[in-house]
Amino acid sequence: MTIRHHISDDLLLSYAMGSLAEGWSIAVATHLALCPDCRRRLVEAEEIGGGLLEGTQPQAIEPSSWESVRARLSERPAEKAGRAAVQAEKPIIPRPLRDYLGGDLEAVKWRSLGKGASQCLIRTGENTTQVRLLKIPAGKPVPEHSHGGRELTLVLSGAFEDETGRFGPGDLEDADGSVTHQPRATPDADCICLAVTDAPLRFSSWVVRLVQPILGI
Amino acid sequence: MTALLVAVGTNGDVEAFEALFRHFAPRIKAYLSRGGAASADELMQEAMLIVWRRAALYDPAKGSAAAWIFAIARNLRIDAYRREKRPEFDPSDPALVPDGEEPADMRLAASEDAERLKLALTQLPPDQADVLNRSFFSDQSQSEIAAELKVPLGTVKSRMRLAFAKLKAALRGTGEAS
Ligand SMILES: [Zn+2]
Ligand SMILES: [Zn+2]
Repeated sequence: MTIRHHISDDLLLSYAMGSLAEGWSIAVATHLALCPDCRRRLVEAEEIGGGLLEGTQPQAIEPSSWESVRARLSERPAEKAGRAAVQAEKPIIPRPLRDYLGGDLEAVKWRSLGKGASQCLIRTGENTTQVRLLKIPAGKPVPEHSHGGRELTLVLSGAFEDETGRFGPGDLEDADGSVTHQPRATPDADCICLAVTDAPLRFSSWVVRLVQPILGI
Repeated sequence: MTALLVAVGTNGDVEAFEALFRHFAPRIKAYLSRGGAASADELMQEAMLIVWRRAALYDPAKGSAAAWIFAIARNLRIDAYRREKRPEFDPSDPALVPDGEEPADMRLAASEDAERLKLALTQLPPDQADVLNRSFFSDQSQSEIAAELKVPLGTVKSRMRLAFAKLKAALRGTGEAS
């Protein structure tokens, strides 16, 4: 996997600081699973967190805190529930995204967007982002759309191209609100990608707009 | 600090752990109480117990003790104050693309690096330090920071990028004093 489009510095730093919302974090963490280079950059971002922690004005602790902790050092923590059985085959979708989907690609319940494109909405515990998996047939465009805010698109299989470049497996596109673009899957294969937005996507075609309220997109 | 954490991890050294505790507990408490919790002391104790239990997993080649402990406190803070999850990659996932050869200069734990980082943090321009601190202490998202400072989101992003670039250069020892 040759990744050309990585996590931007501001996103990676927000993720490391713990202030990135869950929706964006799914795309960031999934890219991290696919990209050793960004994992090295994350280590540096967490060093900054360590430096800020060191520089924090200390706050007086309860005099009994150390004794309470020491008394608990031999405690065995409750065992975590066992992880779901690992599939015999190597999954295509890495964790954490696989956990959100409840399995690998074959577990995805697609809903049609028209013209052969389909999507699967992913629920999170916050409402500032919308997260979905999109499947675009080979050679076909994503229904034309614009977005009010940021859009992160992570390619999981196949590839797409738009005005800004070509995006293959593992690549992360970071588009801001000014963009009205029409990504198109490359002709060789269907493109499956994770798309995260902070405002509802506005699809330009009237057909799609008509069904938007029904599909909840 | 790094040597102390290694001693805890390899020998279950309680004295080393007490020294770590004396140093980090008041800082972690301050960090955890920024969320406004009265129970910051209890949360801090939880964080230190996790440090104790997981110390054997700490690898000094992959970063400083401060960074490792920070990550534990951060995750605990998100669990305690937010209803959402913080998705993370799983190093043992068969779908994970493994690390290649580690470059020889991956050695972030040295104390000179910590000193350079500390200095660089004090030398950040105030507007960059402000967005970094809001992100670190107040858990504010980029758009919340933009709204509060009444600047465009793009400005917040670029301040964070500039701050990251300067601090990264300091960590690598390639930083120019600004
Ligand atoms: Zn990357
Ligand atoms: Zn878009």
